[in-house]
Amino acid sequence: MSGHHVVPFKTNLITFLTLVVLTVVTVYTAKYVDLGEFNLALAMAIAGVKATVVGLWFMHLKYDTWMNRAIMLSAIVFVALLFVISAVDMFTRA
Amino acid sequence: MSTGKVDRRVEPSHHFDSMIQEHDAGKQGVWLFMATELMMFGALFAGYFIYRTKYFDAWVEGGSLLDWRLGAFNTIVLLLSSFTMAQAVTDSMQGHNKKAFRNVIITTACAFIFMIVKYFEYSGKIHHGLFPGLGMWNPEAVEVAQTKLFMTFYFVMTGLHGIHILVGIGLMVWLMKRLKNDEFSKEYYTSVEGVGLYWHIVDIIWIFLFPLMYLI
Repeated sequence: MSGHHVVPFKTNLITFLTLVVLTVVTVYTAKYVDLGEFNLALAMAIAGVKATVVGLWFMHLKYDTWMNRAIMLSAIVFVALLFVISAVDMFTRA
Repeated sequence: MSTGKVDRRVEPSHHFDSMIQEHDAGKQGVWLFMATELMMFGALFAGYFIYRTKYFDAWVEGGSLLDWRLGAFNTIVLLLSSFTMAQAVTDSMQGHNKKAFRNVIITTACAFIFMIVKYFEYSGKIHHGLFPGLGMWNPEAVEVAQTKLFMTFYFVMTGLHGIHILVGIGLMVWLMKRLKNDEFSKEYYTSVEGVGLYWHIVDIIWIFLFPLMYLI
């Protein structure tokens, strides 16, 4: 089908290797670098990058329509809304 | 075509104008399903963070009860399976059903390895009285009482994720059968791509579960 982008083997392989490297970084920073409470933020930031890499290349969002991107982004926005409102509730209680 | 079954490899179902239109509609449906998956797990993650803030000591103890090496191993296994799944989609988009079949087999093998590791992890926890239910919980096995709550989150979240892996294995078997029958073509590979999207979402969920359960 001419309208759809075929992702070459090399791109898939590089994507996979990137994810493996980021996993090693996740384990290393969480286990051997003590940043206190900042460790959680760092681990989540790396996980966010990994999820984005999976979404863009493995799930082809890089080549997809804005319709499908909007569907995915709307889910992320609503989950973020749940997190923000929960956090506001948690930290404003007496 | 007025009689007989539609050959989906070359012509669209009667209620679609073109192959591309049918493909895009099907794929969009899968994306909508993926959005609901993210929101379902998102709610569980929100609960995880709320109680982590409230009972931090329990979360520290709970995390120390899990073997991060097994978690890391399973992470790599799932990433590899995502790679072979992505490659299966690449193959089927080019009409290479045989190559795609081989990649789906590797993906399925990875899924089984993941579940076998999970089986040993779960049975170890149950054996040590760390299953928070069915009268199996041993209060003396932990120092902080709320570690029971952490283990509840652990079993519910990794359990729901594990169910997704099992469903994924079922979908892989279905794909293998159809790839074997040469049912896909350059013009029709929607099912392979759809299962691929599902499999990658399951991987994304694990990418967040691994550090939250095993490392932090």
